[in-house]
Amino acid sequence: MSRSPGTGAAILATLSHARYVISGNPVTAFAFMLLGLLLFCAVFGPWIVPFDPLASDTAATLKAPSLRHWFGTDALGRDVFSRVVAATRLDLAIAVFSVALVFAFGGLAGIAAGFFGGWTDRIVGRIADTIMAFPLFVLAMGIVAALGNTVTNIVIATAIINFPLYARVARTEASVRREAGFVMAARLSGNSELRIALTSILPNILPIMMVQMSLTMGYAILNAAGLSFIGLGVRPPMPEWGIMVAEGAGSIISGEWWLALFPGLALMLAVFCFNLIGDGLRDIVDPQRRT
Amino acid sequence: MLKILIGRILTTIPALIGVVVVSFLLTRVLPGDTAAYFAGPAATPQAIEEVRKKLGLDRPLPEQFASYVRDLSHGNLGQSLTTGQPVLSDIKARLPASAELTLFGLVLSLLIAVPLGIVAAVRQGSMIDHACRAIVTAGVSLPVFFTGLLLVYVFYFILQISPAPLGRLDVFASAPAEITGFYLLDSLLARDGATFRASFSQLLLPGVTLAIFALAPIARITRASMLSVLSMDFVRTARASGLSRRKVIMTYAFRNALLPVVTTLGMVFSFLLGANVLVEKVFAWPGIGSYAVEALIASDFAPVQGFVLAMAILYIVLNLLIDLSYRLIDPRMRASS
Repeated sequence: MSRSPGTGAAILATLSHARYVISGNPVTAFAFMLLGLLLFCAVFGPWIVPFDPLASDTAATLKAPSLRHWFGTDALGRDVFSRVVAATRLDLAIAVFSVALVFAFGGLAGIAAGFFGGWTDRIVGRIADTIMAFPLFVLAMGIVAALGNTVTNIVIATAIINFPLYARVARTEASVRREAGFVMAARLSGNSELRIALTSILPNILPIMMVQMSLTMGYAILNAAGLSFIGLGVRPPMPEWGIMVAEGAGSIISGEWWLALFPGLALMLAVFCFNLIGDGLRDIVDPQRRT
Repeated sequence: MLKILIGRILTTIPALIGVVVVSFLLTRVLPGDTAAYFAGPAATPQAIEEVRKKLGLDRPLPEQFASYVRDLSHGNLGQSLTTGQPVLSDIKARLPASAELTLFGLVLSLLIAVPLGIVAAVRQGSMIDHACRAIVTAGVSLPVFFTGLLLVYVFYFILQISPAPLGRLDVFASAPAEITGFYLLDSLLARDGATFRASFSQLLLPGVTLAIFALAPIARITRASMLSVLSMDFVRTARASGLSRRKVIMTYAFRNALLPVVTTLGMVFSFLLGANVLVEKVFAWPGIGSYAVEALIASDFAPVQGFVLAMAILYIVLNLLIDLSYRLIDPRMRASS
C-alpha cells in the first residue's frame, strides 16, 4: 500500500478531533443517537412492533391515537405506529443502496476524470452536465417511468440523479492530488496509473466522499419518498413513509390527521438526522468548510 | 451585447442535445416490448409486428433517432392515451397553471428569504440569526408534500380560512378570460375583483408550501454571501467614510452579495420544478405536474416523456435567463466580456 505517510497518526488525530467536535457540539451527538434509533427500528422493527403492519382490523378503522394504538389506525384498521416503525427498513434500504451505488460509480468516474484528465474527463463531465440539465426530481420520474415501476428502479433513478454531485467532488479531489508527492513516489516506484488511482488517490479522498454520502442520504430519502408519494415504486400494502403520507392525504381534509402526520414526521426526522450528521462529519473531516 | 447574447445562447446547445438524447433513450427503454404495449393486451403477433412497423421500431436506432428529432421539431410529442389529445396541446393548456404557482412560490420565498438572510448576516449571533439557521435546517428536512398537507389541515380543516385544496378555482366560479393564462393577472386585467380574490385564496396555500421549500437555500446563501462581503475592505472603508448604515448595507454590500444568490436560483429552480409536481398532487392543481402524475399512474408514457422534455427545456431556458441577468447586476461582467 502506498499511502500518504503517517496514516496511523492521522487516524488518531481525526479521532481525537471527532471527540472534540462531538463534545463541543451536542447537536451532532443527538443526531448520532437519532441514527441509532433509526437503525434499531430498521433492523428489529418488524419484530418489536405491537401489531402486524399488514393486518387489517375492520372493527377498529380510522381510530384516533390512543393508548392501544399510539399513532391511531388507518382506513383498514391497520396500526399506524407498527407501520411507521416497520417502514424504516425499506426507506433506509432504498437510500443506503442508492447512495452506495452512486458512491461506487460516481466516485470512480470522478477519480478517473480528475486523475487521468483528457477524454475521460470530457466524457464524465458531459454525462454529469446532461444529468444536471434536467430538474432532478423530474428526471427521476422519467427514469422510473421508462425502466418500470419497481423499488429497484427507484434506487437506480435516485443514484443517477446524484451522479453529478459525486463525480464532481471526486474529480476535484483527485485532480488536486494528481501531482502530489506521494503520487509521484508511487509512480517512481513503478506502480501503474490505475493502481495509483485505486490505492493512493481513492483512500485519500474517501473521508470527503463519506461526508458527501451522509449529506446526500437525506436527499435520497426525500427523493424516494417523493416518488412513492406520487405512486411510483413501492406498492400498497407495503409500509413505506411516502406512500403512507399519500394514503393519509385524502383523510386530512376530513380531519384524520394522524394517518399522514406520523409517517411524515418519521420522514422528516430521518432526513433531519442525516443532514445533521453530514454537517457534523464535515466539521470533522474538513474543518475549513465549517460555516 | 447582441454578440454576447448569441454566444451565450449557443452554449446551451450541448445541453439541449443531451436532453433530447436522454429523452429519446427514455422512450426506447420502456418496460417490455414497446410495440406490444401500444398494440394493446389482446393483440395478435401480426398486429404487434404491424404496430412495430408503423412506429418505426424495426429500423436501426440512428434512423429512429432521426425521425424522433424530426417529430420534435414539428412539435409532435405523441398522443396521450388518457386524454386523447396531442401531448403538446395538453402541456400548453396546463403550463400556465404550473408557471403561476411556481413563480408565485418563488417570489414569495425571495421576499422572505433575502431580507432574512441580510438581517441574519448583519446581526450575526442575534435571535434573528438563530431563527434563520433553524428555518434553514428545518426547511431542507421537510418533505414538500408533507408541509402542504400540514397547511391544508391547519388552514382548511381547523381554522377554516382556506378554500378546499381542489385546484385553481372553486367549481362554481368561472375562469377569467384567458390573456396570459395566469388567473391572478387575467382577473386583474378584466377588473374582476371577486375572481382575483378567489384565485388568490386558492393559490396561497400551495404557493406558501413551495415558498417554505425554497426558503432554505436562498436564505442560507444570502446570509453566507452577505457575511463574506461585509468583511471586505471596501465595506470597512465605506463605513469609515461615514456613510449611513443603510447605504453601506444595501448599496455597497448587498449589490455585491447578489451574484451568488442569483447563481443559486438555478439550483432552486431545479428543486422547485420537481417540488411543483408533488405540490400539484397535494392541491389537485391542474398543472403539467399533475398531468404527468395521472399519466404515470395510467401507464400512459407519451405524456410523461413530453413532460420530462418540456421541463428540461424550460429549465435550460431559465438557467440561460439567470446567466444573462448577471450582466445586469454586475457591471464587471459587462466590461470583461
